[in-house]
Amino acid sequence: MSAAWFRPLLATALAATLGFLALPVLAIFLDTAPADLLASLGDPASLDALRLSLQCTAIALAIIVVAGTPAAYLLATRRFRGRALVVTLIEVPLVLPPAVAGIGLLAALGPNGLLGDVVGDRLVLQTAGVVVALTFVAAPYHLRQAQAAFEALDPTWLDASRTLGASEARTFARVAIPAAASGLAAGLALAWGRALGEFGATLMFAGSFRGVTQTAPLAIYEQFSTDFTAALALSAVLVAISAALLLSVKLLGGAAR
Amino acid sequence: MRWAAIVLAVAAVVAGCGGGDEQTAGQPARQPLVVSAAASLKDAFTSYGDSFPGADVKLSFAGSDELAAQIRQGVKPDVFAAANTKLPDELFAAGLVEKPTVFAGNELVIAVPASRAKIDSLDDLAAPGVKLAVGAKGVPVGDYTRKVLDALPAAQGKAILQNVRSSEPDVKGVVGKLTQGAVDAGFVYRSDVRAADDELKAITLPAALEPKVAYGAAVVKGAKHPEQARAFVRGLLDGAGAKALQAAGFLPPPAS
Repeated sequence: MSAAWFRPLLATALAATLGFLALPVLAIFLDTAPADLLASLGDPASLDALRLSLQCTAIALAIIVVAGTPAAYLLATRRFRGRALVVTLIEVPLVLPPAVAGIGLLAALGPNGLLGDVVGDRLVLQTAGVVVALTFVAAPYHLRQAQAAFEALDPTWLDASRTLGASEARTFARVAIPAAASGLAAGLALAWGRALGEFGATLMFAGSFRGVTQTAPLAIYEQFSTDFTAALALSAVLVAISAALLLSVKLLGGAAR
Repeated sequence: MRWAAIVLAVAAVVAGCGGGDEQTAGQPARQPLVVSAAASLKDAFTSYGDSFPGADVKLSFAGSDELAAQIRQGVKPDVFAAANTKLPDELFAAGLVEKPTVFAGNELVIAVPASRAKIDSLDDLAAPGVKLAVGAKGVPVGDYTRKVLDALPAAQGKAILQNVRSSEPDVKGVVGKLTQGAVDAGFVYRSDVRAADDELKAITLPAALEPKVAYGAAVVKGAKHPEQARAFVRGLLDGAGAKALQAAGFLPPPAS
């Protein structure tokens, strides 16, 4: 059944896919001289935005790991009524358009939202609001990956640990987490990448103010109209960080095999 | 075989949608006319676009500066309409658009939520703890706002700027922060307050501080439909466009 035309067709499809997906990324680096890119990185607004992005994503990631990892473990190791529903609800933010995420956060945690009487304006237009938005959009990436990693563990290991007298907590900390480490790290990197790129929900919920809520993607959007080179430079940095994250996922995945 | 059936079904649906989109009730397909317009023009241009004869008007709204940056990057809508005259003039000087036309005016006001207004005047904006949203630098509404603040005594202007909690990419972003109760006040156009129905209330600026807000439009060079584009711009001065602008609360073009 191997027709002579099929292989060239596959190769053409790959070439077209690669060209289309790689071109915009390459253009960010090729559109401007490297010296200009470096120079415009000295822009204080860009540096503020990068610093804020790193801080907020780090805090969001810490929350996601601390709360998400045990939650994923529970979902992976227990069967209970409504489990499928819980898993689906947790995954919904994955497919939400950013604007919908922003509206949802405002409707829930804005001053006029469901919990408005409790949170008031402590989140909107505050750095804490950025962290909330990032956590909301990025957490499902880690949860999904972590759940899959825990489900892939051989249940007899966990049983053996318990039979040997280890408590449930000890089994989780000493057996499950080390065994699932590469999968967990991959989930973390994906969640980090998603959080770094977050734009719409942050703008709608947390606004855009330099040093307080203006993360790197928001700064890029603002600079796009006034200083295209600075916007390109900041984009290049984000691409580099995201690519490094992706690469580390691949390496971790490779090491696990 | 199953794949073939799926592909055929999808193709049929796509073809069906396309047909419905382009032709209505046996009329010949109308030309699409792409108009990039300042966010504040949304209501006025939407109603003008619906009634515009001879072309199917496709509107794209954003901060005027974002739209101008797109044009500088080679995007070619048929018409560019900005909330200032500076951006169309710059694009004209760069040879990217035809000679701009000043087609409307507007009034910068302080907007506050109608129901629970903490702010009664410009002086209140400098009080500690007041939260403000403004347009970002480079966005027309942000530049008008900064012009007003620059004209104030330095200490007052600085105190007001320190109360700014968000710099929004367009004027509708400021409106959103106000209607969501995230801020106490913001600088927007009077037409935006009208468009927000009864949710917002306008506080008029002292006449001496009011910036001259003039809207400029131009036909983009290399536009696919230059004739219809010119007709669209002409209609903003007298005709359906001018009526729609007036109905939405815009002023006649200010004398330069």
